[in-house]
Amino acid sequence: MPRVFIPTLLLPLTKGVKEVEVEARNVRQVVEALEARFPGIKERLVEDGQLRPNLAVSVDGEIGRMGLMEKVATESEVHFIPAIGGG
Amino acid sequence: MTTTSKPKTKTNGKSNGATEFKVVGTRPIRHDGLEKVTGQARYGADIHLPGMLHGRVLRSPHAHAWIKSIDYSKALALPGVKAVITADDFAALSGKAIDLGEGAMTNPRFLSNNILAKDKVLYKGHAVAAVAAINPHIAEEALGLIDVKYEVLPPVLDGKEAMKPGAPILHERLFTANNPFVRPGGLKDDNDKSASSNVASHFVFEIGDLKKGFAEADIIIERDFETKAVHQGYIEPHSATASWNKDGRVTIWCSSQGQFTMRDQTAQLLGIPNSQIKVIQMEIGGGFGGKTLVYLEPIATALSKKTGLPVKASMSRKEVFEGTGPTSASHIRVKMGVKKNGKITAADATLIYAAGAFPGSPVNPGVQCMLSPYDIPNARVEGYDVVVNTQKTAAYRAPGSPAAAYACECVVDELAEKVGMDPLEFRLLNGAKEGTRRVTGPIFPKIGYIEMVKAGKAHAHWKAPIKGPWRGRGVATGFWFNGTGPACAIASVNSDGTIKLVEGSPDIGGTRAVAAMHVAEVLGLKAEDVHPSVGDTDTIGFTSNTGGSSVAFKTGWACYEAAQDIKRQMIARAAKIWDVKPEDVEMKDGKFAHKSDPELKFTFKQLASRLLNTGGPVVGRAAIDPKGAGGAFAMHIADVEVDPETGKVQVLRYTTIQDAGKAIHPSYVEGQMQGGAVQGIGWALNEEYFFNKDGAMINSSFLDYRMPTSLDLPMIDTEIVEVANPGHPYGVRGVGEVSIVPPMAAVANAIYHATGVRLYRLPMTPGVIQEALAANSGAKNGPGKRNGKKG
Repeated sequence: MPRVFIPTLLLPLTKGVKEVEVEARNVRQVVEALEARFPGIKERLVEDGQLRPNLAVSVDGEIGRMGLMEKVATESEVHFIPAIGGG
Repeated sequence: MTTTSKPKTKTNGKSNGATEFKVVGTRPIRHDGLEKVTGQARYGADIHLPGMLHGRVLRSPHAHAWIKSIDYSKALALPGVKAVITADDFAALSGKAIDLGEGAMTNPRFLSNNILAKDKVLYKGHAVAAVAAINPHIAEEALGLIDVKYEVLPPVLDGKEAMKPGAPILHERLFTANNPFVRPGGLKDDNDKSASSNVASHFVFEIGDLKKGFAEADIIIERDFETKAVHQGYIEPHSATASWNKDGRVTIWCSSQGQFTMRDQTAQLLGIPNSQIKVIQMEIGGGFGGKTLVYLEPIATALSKKTGLPVKASMSRKEVFEGTGPTSASHIRVKMGVKKNGKITAADATLIYAAGAFPGSPVNPGVQCMLSPYDIPNARVEGYDVVVNTQKTAAYRAPGSPAAAYACECVVDELAEKVGMDPLEFRLLNGAKEGTRRVTGPIFPKIGYIEMVKAGKAHAHWKAPIKGPWRGRGVATGFWFNGTGPACAIASVNSDGTIKLVEGSPDIGGTRAVAAMHVAEVLGLKAEDVHPSVGDTDTIGFTSNTGGSSVAFKTGWACYEAAQDIKRQMIARAAKIWDVKPEDVEMKDGKFAHKSDPELKFTFKQLASRLLNTGGPVVGRAAIDPKGAGGAFAMHIADVEVDPETGKVQVLRYTTIQDAGKAIHPSYVEGQMQGGAVQGIGWALNEEYFFNKDGAMINSSFLDYRMPTSLDLPMIDTEIVEVANPGHPYGVRGVGEVSIVPPMAAVANAIYHATGVRLYRLPMTPGVIQEALAANSGAKNGPGKRNGKKG
């Protein structure tokens, strides 16, 4: 199952759990699975049905731009990190 | 959307199959070179339209004040003045952060209030009103007739000071977002009575067990660093010309890093659909991140709407310094632990970046880049984004990373010395590689840090002895993510066998040539047979900013795909002409041939000449949004001589080494490496926004804001390392930004090895060095111990 890493500042919502495995085929399902387990986490990640602005999802080390539609595989690592703008 | 081709995974290493390319890796003359060297190229201010008015901007004389009233009746009455605007002429906008569609989050109200102050001025130079008149002189005179009543407030100029209880509050409803995902900042709900703050956001990344990591360390070093705000220093000031047509359509000519961003931000601030605006990208005289935000575009547009005439607004150099965005000043604390064998066990860092008047400093990328060169099992990095009464910061070349690297790399140099290791051996022992987990969580794909450090270790500069007193050598490394984003390209086959290429990235540093080379490589043509141009917002599909070192990667790839589209169509056309199956036709070295019938063959030119009467023109197109930009590392070696009498630092020799993945046009890669190094050396030794106690920048000219020139520096030597990025068809990694990351630490470390004195504050001006030498009686007359090659 995909491994999801919890951002440091959201650890209070997971009672300190840093990493979980969830059943999911895309980031939307990852978020729903997290919410089922850690109520309240979804609103920290999602706004108006989309990933919060400036939030990026890294799946297997790659930052995608598909947001909640980004696919995850069985062995994927998923990280939520702030998006970066360059100069 | 075009599906991107499956990338070819290159053999990693320096050779990277150089012989397999015909065009990539060569150095053709840039397509826009002649126009630029003969003065024919047109930049932002080179637009002159019939009946055009001239706009000028009134700026605040105070760093922090309420605007009590604005009376511009006298200005409006001045003969020749056609219109005056204030913030009331802009749309009322939400304070909720939004994504404009290309990844850069914007708080529309903050953006609008930075263009024209609404209720409060938040820095000296903050725009308050704008005038359009029949010539610039009358417009300037009219500014003096605008009566603005202020209630002056005490300013706070420093990030640390702004965090203290009792500090002047800039935004009455700003809340501290303890969640990295709502950066930059936001506004509290109206019924939220919690205390306001100047801290717009605070976030933390953590990996491993920090306490355990420091417990394992034999040596622990903790240092505090401070850097000042510095400006990108682009040579071309901002300029925008807008023409509001009677049908409600607007045309804007401007020099920016993204015509689509200019379009979308202007549309948002004025409350009109972005389809109503066409932005024509002019040539750009430098941006370095500072031209990714609107400043004059909405003002010129609003003035044009009000007058019915085209309006041009341009900034003076003083306005560029005082009214646009430098990068952040910072306070950084770094603590690192190391075992006697040189292995880093733990790192802990706190970064406080001053955002300027509105939230949105580059502390987030600074935090994420800081420790990336190293494999550190236990680490914690936290960042604070703090508003202060100075110019709203803008992106500047690898935003956030240079200051962070300065602090980290100075501590690394000190640690290496403490354990008695060569600094490059120390980096080889601790360096990040494929599979290293970063403090932010994700693991690195294939990267070239180790290969780069090895190249540096083998470089003649590193091996050369340092001769003479008060001389020393410093080294530092740095990381930048590299960006990507949507990009489009349209390539048309001309009947003479050449290609007309339109792409969407403003050309900075030769990217037009790089785009053309991608096409030429696919089609077996010469680079000069592809004629590239940068399209306006009505001509080409959405293409994200020329920023994040993304263009060679994303737009290059789009051009590669457009060329592949042409190739497919040309093969099909040849098959049609020969009445054979397309799969029986192949293209090699720009020639089409039947796989088994040697009589059936065309050169590209021959086939191109037959297109119009065999089915019509061939146009290739691509619209992509690729992943896999691939991060990049740089390493710099600096030799300096310090004059103990004056404190002046002379850079004697300087070498940059950088992983480019694959250098499409090596001259332009080298140019980026050299340019970043020079900007970083200026940041290290001279450049700073110097404020008086009232918050006025008192060095807002190139005379007083000291940037290095060719007379100050030696030739910057370059060595390109090529560890192919497996995420790009040719292995490209972005190269434009990482070159500015290592210089401050490289120079600081060199000064230490020349004098025995470590400096923890930038810039390291002659006065600072004199004071430091005077305070350290143990200062030595070099050369330093580093590299073991005393002269």
